[in-house]
Amino acid sequence: MEEQPKIAIPSMVVGDAKRFRPGRGTFEKGGKIYSTRLGLINKQANFINIVPLSGVYDPIPGDTIIGIIEDISPTNWLVNINAPYPAVLHVNEVPWHVELGETSKYLKYADAILAKILLVDETKKIILTMKERGLHKLNGGQIIEIQPIKVPRVIGKKGTMISMIKKYTGCRIIVGQNGRIWIDGNTDGVEKATRAIRKIEAEAHTKGLTIRIEKLLKNRR
Amino acid sequence: MGMKKPEDVILFKNNKRIDGRKPDELRPIKIEAGVLYRADGSAYVEWGGNKILAAVYGPREALPKHIQDPRKAIVNARYNMAAFSVEDRKRPGPDRRSIEISKVISEALERVILTEQFPRASIDVNIEVLDADAGTRCAGLTAAGVALADAGIPMRDIPVACAAGKVEGKVILDLCKEEDNYGDADMPVAIAPLTDEILLLQMDGHLTYEEFEKALDLAIKGCHIVSELQKKALLKKYERVLEVE
Repeated sequence: MEEQPKIAIPSMVVGDAKRFRPGRGTFEKGGKIYSTRLGLINKQANFINIVPLSGVYDPIPGDTIIGIIEDISPTNWLVNINAPYPAVLHVNEVPWHVELGETSKYLKYADAILAKILLVDETKKIILTMKERGLHKLNGGQIIEIQPIKVPRVIGKKGTMISMIKKYTGCRIIVGQNGRIWIDGNTDGVEKATRAIRKIEAEAHTKGLTIRIEKLLKNRR
Repeated sequence: MGMKKPEDVILFKNNKRIDGRKPDELRPIKIEAGVLYRADGSAYVEWGGNKILAAVYGPREALPKHIQDPRKAIVNARYNMAAFSVEDRKRPGPDRRSIEISKVISEALERVILTEQFPRASIDVNIEVLDADAGTRCAGLTAAGVALADAGIPMRDIPVACAAGKVEGKVILDLCKEEDNYGDADMPVAIAPLTDEILLLQMDGHLTYEEFEKALDLAIKGCHIVSELQKKALLKKYERVLEVE
């Protein structure tokens, strides 16, 4: 039986510094570990981490994200990645050979792309790449936005949740770590997938969610 | 303060105040977290006759670009009184008083937020006073603290504020409208309850040194009571989130 995780709020004592070490979202003071944000207490090895329940997307190198082109210049694109900071995609980091000044031939304003975060420096300057396998421009379909912290729930353990949605709706779905989800398929399928994802977002962190979602997907055939 | 007391107003008699409270008693307080859908975090506070909404947006890109700080996030609190919040209509828009309050609240919040985690970003806090009844800056800061925690912003502590003051020579906690208007002193205090670090301290009127010490102690005690209510409100919202079905 899995124990219901406990909620932490800022300045709450979440553990003893003698037994545990302060992990993500915590700080240590006077032999005690305190939480710095609202979230669930998670003990891993001898670390205490706080799994956030709310907040914006924090870009981490290696994340696959869905970005939207915001601005175009002769050598790079500025991409909105749903974070507090815009990201830069340089012409050297795309799979095409781009001549100087021809950037707008490949990606235009408001185009959606699947990209990977290459680098985040200490002042949170973000560089993207599209040079890896499977990264491409997203043609057609539609994009919905959910809270970034709920993304792991939509994917599920080892991708069980998302593959279930794909199976029942017949849609092609791509989930970006930044909370943007791209869905393509027939109208009914897209509608059903959207409803399922919205339900996951609303009821994340509750027990038996997979079963309820499966029920919803089976019902309205 | 500043206003002349009418002859028939008795502020303190038989160890009881004008509204029947004891000298060290707070007004009834109700706090609710996460009341607005579109804000990243929000809170609603009813404190005596005060009704206050706080909404937090961000961290988001600070614009215009020249206000960005490459080392930390900037905290932008905006305190605003609704036109219908006071007896006579308040002229809408920022005035000298609300600009000052916005500034002191911004600086108080900046002390507890871990701003260095979000360089070049801004965290915007909107405090909207719907109904005013003395002590709005304290209630506003208290609401802002809950809204920030609700928005998932990393903080050292949840800031909390409470006022103390003096009427008819007696040091009292949490002044009401009449006590504020006709009393001798009003002193709002904001603290980080974990360490009792003072985040905001202002004073209007006169207190002797001994009275000041007494009022500060009283205000800090009041802050700790309000702090517990803040934490309860946050836990209540998120326990409900976990309990669907």
